[in-house]
Amino acid sequence: MSTIAVNDKAAPTRKVYRSMKQDRIWALRWSYVFLTIFAIFFLTPPIYMFITSLKSSAEIGAQTNPWVVYNPTLINYIALLTSSQYLTFFRNSAMVSVFTVTITMMIAIPSAFALARMRFWGSTVLATGIFLTYLVPDTLLFLPLFKMFAVFQQWTGITLLNHWWVLLILYPTLTVPFATWIMIGYFASIPKELDEAAIIDGASWLQTLTRIFIPVALPGIIAAAIFSFTVSWAQFLYPLAFTTSADQLVLPVGITTTLIKGDVFNWGQIMTGALLGAAPPLIIYAFLMDYYISGLTAGATKG
Amino acid sequence: MQMADVTLRSLVKTYDAVPAVRGIDLDIADHEFVVLVGPSGCGKSTTLRMIAGLEEITDGEITIGGDIVNDVPPKDRDIAMVFQNYALYPHMTVAENMSFGLRLKRFPKAEIKQRVDEAARILDITELLSRKPKALSGGQRQRVAMGRAIVRNPKVFLFDEPLSNLDAKLRVAMRTEIKKVHQKVRTTTVYVTHDQVEAMTLADRVVVMNHGKIEQVGAPNELYHSPRTQFVAGFIGSPAMNFLPVRLEDNAGKLQVRLTDTVALPVPDARAARYRSRPRSEALTLGIRPEHVTEARSDAPPGTAPLDARPDVIEPMGMETLIYFKVGESELCGRVNPSAATRVGEPFRFAVDMNNMHLIDPATGLVI
Repeated sequence: MSTIAVNDKAAPTRKVYRSMKQDRIWALRWSYVFLTIFAIFFLTPPIYMFITSLKSSAEIGAQTNPWVVYNPTLINYIALLTSSQYLTFFRNSAMVSVFTVTITMMIAIPSAFALARMRFWGSTVLATGIFLTYLVPDTLLFLPLFKMFAVFQQWTGITLLNHWWVLLILYPTLTVPFATWIMIGYFASIPKELDEAAIIDGASWLQTLTRIFIPVALPGIIAAAIFSFTVSWAQFLYPLAFTTSADQLVLPVGITTTLIKGDVFNWGQIMTGALLGAAPPLIIYAFLMDYYISGLTAGATKG
Repeated sequence: MQMADVTLRSLVKTYDAVPAVRGIDLDIADHEFVVLVGPSGCGKSTTLRMIAGLEEITDGEITIGGDIVNDVPPKDRDIAMVFQNYALYPHMTVAENMSFGLRLKRFPKAEIKQRVDEAARILDITELLSRKPKALSGGQRQRVAMGRAIVRNPKVFLFDEPLSNLDAKLRVAMRTEIKKVHQKVRTTTVYVTHDQVEAMTLADRVVVMNHGKIEQVGAPNELYHSPRTQFVAGFIGSPAMNFLPVRLEDNAGKLQVRLTDTVALPVPDARAARYRSRPRSEALTLGIRPEHVTEARSDAPPGTAPLDARPDVIEPMGMETLIYFKVGESELCGRVNPSAATRVGEPFRFAVDMNNMHLIDPATGLVI
């Protein structure tokens, strides 16, 4: 066995690099620091809501540490879940959101398909126009819309105002543009050859949409559906303006109008109602999270 | 069996006044394998897509099986197409991909199954039938794409650069596979590629296209040995044909081409006849393939002329050695026997087989 003499002339002048592993460890530490800060920032309110929801009104008013529950009680939960009014709000919210998602999808999917694939006169202008519609804030729209509905009632005698289903006309003005916009992008990322292959295989436009595009673009469609659901579930301004009778209210408006009586805030029930109201979107997110993420990042890289 | 000849008559395609295809006439016989080849942007893919019905025809006429199909939608043209990126439906299994067209046409289940099984057997993908495309390799995906075409049993197969996405080794294997499939099913095929080797190996007839026009149509060997234009001469064959500026002159009653002040090559009598009418000292282009520029041998056939030069670059290929050298200002490539002793920069005697020379009129680009 012979030994090889190492004569490394560059050794004294060579720059010393930190190892890759070291760099990685530091990157991880920093990301944990920031993730922790953000987690605290965003989770504090719901935790505080949860703590408060377990307290009786007396304990909420007492001069004790607000972060500690001394006498946990389910009284707020029982009160709300046995209150027919709260359950009506919940039912109205659910109906409005489910129908809004359905209506939105029925309009947005075909229009996104047409705008992404069928080249027709003015299609690009129309696509941009749809996005611009989305940029108009609802705070600008609710007054003219209210006036339109009032005039409509004068002319036809059909009362649109103060019914929960009037929201089914209003919400799609918010959800359809955005959902269409998401799906135009998603459909556009599907290779052109795929629909050409389908056309040669004998598929009509409708068959290409239902049998190729919808299944392939399902993550994007689910992302758009989740978005529409969240928007209609959390919308506050429109239901506040357009519905007034207690049996026509949806959750966000119902909680604030019925649980705040004058200057008496029923904090325990408000917190409980808001927590329970936040549950459905949370559950939907949890189940469809993987789809949602791949839907939002679609088109970023060529699959 | 249905007749499935395809004819193109003065076919034109313009995109917003930019011409892509400028008047193409082509007759493709039943069962024939025709390859459209040319550089990118030559209009070959556009022509194929017009046959498929994916592009509207600006002017002219296309018939399939005798019927004018200008206004017939793709699904009623009875064609099948294989795309460069396979275009498999990602959410369907291989069997579902292959049967999609038949299911849309509401074929009976038993017949669909029989056809899919038959196509899978031909392509040797039977064990893949229940897989999804993402679980397949590139070559397997290409087979499935072909299977989707075969099960339809169409009048015409259209291939749009189907092998361009495969690595070199697989490309050669799939090339053989496509040829085998065509020999089995005998369907009329129009195949587009930019690769002249693919064109030569697959085609019954090759259509060379350039700038939206057909340069030449012919059997592979015909194109190789009798190119009609400088473009075809340069496009077909690898390494490409050498082109040198020359002048035609008389030398004691014999014709010769002058390369430089000191170098002239005699034109063999068999070739001289067709050049005799040209004016002398006219600027022409000499075309000679690398395999006709070899090392000098004692048993060289008549018509071979010696040419002395110093090699600039030597590329051993194993079965032959490519030598690049200069004559005057022009660079030439020669293919010599690997046993010939060559060194960069040292004098070497080449032999130019002038029996296979071509003379090109640079003004028209036509081979004389």
